[in-house]
Amino acid sequence: MKRKKQKPKEVAAGRENFTRRDFLKGASVAVSGGLLITEAQAASSPPGAEAVAGPQPVAITLKINGRPHKLNLEPRVTLLDALRDYLDLTGAKKVCDRGVCGACTVIMDGKPVYACNVLAMQAEGHEIVTVEGLSHGGQPHPVMEAFIEHDAQQCGFCTPGFVVACKAFLDKHPNPTLDEVEAGLGGNLCRCGTYAGVRQAVLEAAKTISMKGGKANA
Amino acid sequence: MPKCKYDWPEAGDRRLIGQRISRVDGPAKTSGRAKYTYDVNLLGMLYAKILGSPYAHCKITALDTSAAESMPGVKAVRKIQDVGKEIQWVGDEIVAVAAESEDIARDALDKIKIEFEQLPFLVNEEDLSQAGDHAKAAGSEKSGDPDKAFSDPDVVISEGYYGIQTITHCCLESHGSVAQWTEPDTLKTYFSTQNVSGIPGEVGEALRQAGIDVKNNNIETICQYIGGGFGSKFSADRWGVENARLAKLTGKPVKLLLERDIDLEVAGARPSGYAKVKVAAKKDGTIVAWQSDSWGTGGPAGTTMPPIPYVFTGIPNKVTRHTSVGTNTGPARAWRAPNHPQAAVLTMCALEDLAAKLNMDPLEFFSKNADLAGERGEVYRQELSKAAELIDWQKNWHPRGHQTPSSLKRGLGISLHTWGGRGHNSNCGVSIHPDGSVELNLGSQDLGTGTRTVITIVAAETLGLSLEAITLNIGDTKYPVSGASGGSTTVGGVSASTRRGCMDALDQLFAAVAPSLGVPADQLIAKDGKIQAKDDSSKSLTWKQACAKLGVKSIQVTGKNPGPCSLGSSGVGGVEMADVSVDTETGIVKINKMVCAQDCGLIIDMKTAESQCYGALIMGITYALFEQKIMDNITGRMLNPNMEFYKLAGIGDIGELVVHMMTGPGYDERGVIGLGEPPVISPGAAISNAVANAIGVRVPTIPITPEKVLAALEKGGTA
Repeated sequence: MKRKKQKPKEVAAGRENFTRRDFLKGASVAVSGGLLITEAQAASSPPGAEAVAGPQPVAITLKINGRPHKLNLEPRVTLLDALRDYLDLTGAKKVCDRGVCGACTVIMDGKPVYACNVLAMQAEGHEIVTVEGLSHGGQPHPVMEAFIEHDAQQCGFCTPGFVVACKAFLDKHPNPTLDEVEAGLGGNLCRCGTYAGVRQAVLEAAKTISMKGGKANA
Repeated sequence: MPKCKYDWPEAGDRRLIGQRISRVDGPAKTSGRAKYTYDVNLLGMLYAKILGSPYAHCKITALDTSAAESMPGVKAVRKIQDVGKEIQWVGDEIVAVAAESEDIARDALDKIKIEFEQLPFLVNEEDLSQAGDHAKAAGSEKSGDPDKAFSDPDVVISEGYYGIQTITHCCLESHGSVAQWTEPDTLKTYFSTQNVSGIPGEVGEALRQAGIDVKNNNIETICQYIGGGFGSKFSADRWGVENARLAKLTGKPVKLLLERDIDLEVAGARPSGYAKVKVAAKKDGTIVAWQSDSWGTGGPAGTTMPPIPYVFTGIPNKVTRHTSVGTNTGPARAWRAPNHPQAAVLTMCALEDLAAKLNMDPLEFFSKNADLAGERGEVYRQELSKAAELIDWQKNWHPRGHQTPSSLKRGLGISLHTWGGRGHNSNCGVSIHPDGSVELNLGSQDLGTGTRTVITIVAAETLGLSLEAITLNIGDTKYPVSGASGGSTTVGGVSASTRRGCMDALDQLFAAVAPSLGVPADQLIAKDGKIQAKDDSSKSLTWKQACAKLGVKSIQVTGKNPGPCSLGSSGVGGVEMADVSVDTETGIVKINKMVCAQDCGLIIDMKTAESQCYGALIMGITYALFEQKIMDNITGRMLNPNMEFYKLAGIGDIGELVVHMMTGPGYDERGVIGLGEPPVISPGAAISNAVANAIGVRVPTIPITPEKVLAALEKGGTA
């Protein structure tokens, strides 16, 4: 596995608008004394060398939206916390934090999973796609366009999880019936009551994607 | 009569108002780009957690936080309540910890040593005989001569017991904030709040009482997106103030969002309502008398009586008595349409039982008595008629108890509701710049109701521009004060302040361009991105050319609500009907269809207005069938402070939903009226009535769980 050497970069303290990179660099100082691992750390804990990991932080690489992210995390850190607290990828929301509501849904190797129910370590070596990975070059995914058109959102806190779950659902059921939509998306909960819009949005997104030859859902 | 200076455009002149327009922040929300309070990550930020009381009623006798304080990674430990304090509910905050990660903060809570003296408690109030001195008389009212009316031999009397449970708000984004002291005397707080403009005052006062010198004008509150409020997020709350104190103590930004269990235990509670009701009508169905003995709890402070009899306030002979029960449970918070869903269940179920006893079709019964609702009687009749058409009442209704050999019994039910919804106080800063850009600033917030969208529509409509031409800023106290979003007051407030502000700004622009067009300012209009003479479109300037006439000075005005010329009013009606199937073998209730016919004056955005109604129906199905804050008499704890057992309806539980907004003549001229509360009031009663119609027996209390359906069938009905 190729590891890119991190370039040192100064972070201006107290800056209001900082980039994700700044956040990571700052967090690496503040949290557990070195979030982004160095070459030396990587060498000291080769992957697979120990049968039992932790409780001290371990080096892992997560492949998220096509890009590798090197992290040094306690084994108990969930994929959801890794995304939100360590990578500032906050599209996946923390709501129930125990695998019930679907607000943290991400796609792992093509399958929707609850990121709160997967340890970050377990996600190593897998392809993770988050809601942030579904817009390409500022172009919204057809599922997102359908959500907007059918107002399948109110407060919007469940929406990214729903969008990701719908995308994964349509990958498997490109031409779903209403019954299939209701069964297939039963794992995502909404409090404002946007299901009426979601049902319509999924059915319309299926049509749009199939007109585009299925490619838009890639 | 001369036309008032501020008004809404006539129906034929509305280009955007009333259309189906997608919410303007839809792209940010669907893509995950929208940053909620929970998503705010600041450089060097710490994470805070709260240790709450494990007991419903207790006194702290010993508290030792030293082990937590000495843990690596722990940056601050604050005793919120110390030895000697008496605690009144599970989850009440005792200690706050700030640490370098969420996990370390959680570990630190485990290291806190605390001892309690346990005290007697009450957490359930449905059985009033067990309430002892927790129950207190809380008012009674009498009008007419109910004793005489009930003793009239020509009336039909129905008596019953009805109830509605305590539910918790269960906002998907839990309550909390991120606090950062950017200077020793300057606080920046990101809050998940329905009340952006109100937070600095509350936090500032609490901090000064704690000896921290900070002026309100040095407190900024930001809430760009909020993951649900429903009435539970008006206050900064003690945890919000504590978070600012932790940030002060540590010198670092701190994030404190409640964990799900504490959030469900302490940060949400819609009061319960139970009642024994007796009602009487003449044989022709005219309601003549009401008697109710009601009770309920809203936590330690008890409850006030719901507005019963509901809607049919003109019943001539009435007596109501209420008992307030104080319980050792998390305090009540406003929940969409406070006290109205309770009133609807207690009233509409009792009245439908009366209709059944009269052998009357409830549609006919409610229509006949609509005038008891006062001046809105005719509106109710129109809404009853519309809803009946949409649910195909004539074809699908049958007398109580579905006569079918199948174990699936189908039934229909009705409920009516009302709400105020007058616009709140709002200030809208409007700037028109020489380059043609338009900026609107309001210290308001968008709960997901579509506030951003309606403000943008009103501004674009008024200025003759596209939606994209408007830059709107809300959700920050650096913008002009606007009211809290509650009680369906926001849309009326912000649409009026925006309309007035944009009309005033436009007047200034007309004055600036009038000389160059050679047309008097009062003869100019803004239309299709141009400023032109009212009667001669050849005399025009593009918006950009017109704004260039301002030279280097921008126009800046503030539109206000309230203000001259009413742009809104108060008071709406609404009717909802439910079509359900009940499986008498399993007790499971399934929603086939629900219909909502709702008025709310002039509708700014039809799409988000309908969404409010769809959402309300779904939230209503949830509280009618699934959710309940279940309290344990033995431990005093909530048994389901999590989302696997605190059940919300899923996408497969809602059936077909139909919404019809009452618009046009008779409605539009009332101006803008709020919509967040009214449609969520009726579903509990409508579904309960549909179940009674299906199985021929009343399930007295909601939520209508399978267990309760089977228990009711034991006593009768058509199993």
